[in-house]
Amino acid sequence: MSGQSQRLNVVPTVTMLGVVKARLVGATRGHALLKKKSDALTVQFRQILKKIVSTKESMGDIMKTSSFALTEAKYVAGDNIKHVVLENVKEASLRVRSRTENVAGVKLPKFDYSADGEATKNDLTGLARGGQQVQQCRVAYIKAIEVLVELASLQTSFLTLDDAIKTTNRRVNALENVVKPRLENTISYIKGELDELEREDFFRLKKIQGYKRREIERKMVIAREQQAIEKLQLQQGVSFETSHNLLAGTTGKDEDIIF
Amino acid sequence: MANRVPIPANNSSLIAMIADEDTIVGFLLAGVGNVDIRRKTNYLIVDSKTTVKQIEDAFKEFTTREDIAIVLISQFVANMIRFLVDSYNKPVPAILEIPSKDHPYDPAHDSVLSRVKYLFNAESVAGDRR
Repeated sequence: MSGQSQRLNVVPTVTMLGVVKARLVGATRGHALLKKKSDALTVQFRQILKKIVSTKESMGDIMKTSSFALTEAKYVAGDNIKHVVLENVKEASLRVRSRTENVAGVKLPKFDYSADGEATKNDLTGLARGGQQVQQCRVAYIKAIEVLVELASLQTSFLTLDDAIKTTNRRVNALENVVKPRLENTISYIKGELDELEREDFFRLKKIQGYKRREIERKMVIAREQQAIEKLQLQQGVSFETSHNLLAGTTGKDEDIIF
Repeated sequence: MANRVPIPANNSSLIAMIADEDTIVGFLLAGVGNVDIRRKTNYLIVDSKTTVKQIEDAFKEFTTREDIAIVLISQFVANMIRFLVDSYNKPVPAILEIPSKDHPYDPAHDSVLSRVKYLFNAESVAGDRR
């Protein structure tokens, strides 16, 4: 698995080495940045975890209070109040606005509740009796909604962040354990190949140099021998060249000689 | 805050409810209820006659409707369709399990809270998550 398969399939050239090196630099920087992002997200995540736990616990109390308020209202205003309420439903006056918050490039949805329009439409409910209790109950439930909306936005952030952290960590690990080793292996491979090429070239040059030197030496020896022969012949009186010429003259055609 | 992008379609969303009558009445009193032109409500009252199928359908409808941002569901109702609630993992709409009057709240059943607790424990024990 390691070695051959763990590198990119490239032609080992100097250009390619530069390209791969640039990619390694990019991968390293990306890795550092993603690591930072993951850390930032984790910090946020832990804060949200703590908040969720405390809000969930407080939600229990709030719901208990509001249920009690409803029971009070029912006791005072009579049980048929619920039919009045159920019939009075037309349009929601309590709505949720969502906006997004940006944490290290991750968009977290945040909910805000907003009471708009006629919040007084249930005003006449329980006019005959128990109006105050009904209004108190209403206030209690609005408070509960407040907490629930906050909890919902926390929970949504929790799920989104969880997902974002998972993907970020996956990317960090992929860069660290797959991309970077592969690039490093490629670089060492290219360097090795280039070194080998250089050695080969050097060897060839050496070989040629040696060949040339031997050739020159051989020529020098021949030249020296010839010089020595010539010198000897000059000492004997007749040069090797002239004697040769003389011989050539006898064998060649002479106009004076008739036969 | 330059990169805070408002979502125009979700600018004002509803809160849906699947719960017992008392809880629903309370929230309706607060002004959460909504009835559209086709007499479709954003809440489902669960009583002894409500079938699991009805709850499932309501849950599926609320989680797919675009104008709903939060679904409040009573925990005893959530327990009836636990498999649906647990398999739901989209961030919006958010599913919130709420306690009801007759059924005390049990944090162990809450799908999100159990995950939170699990992560919390893992964190405090191992000191490092994942």
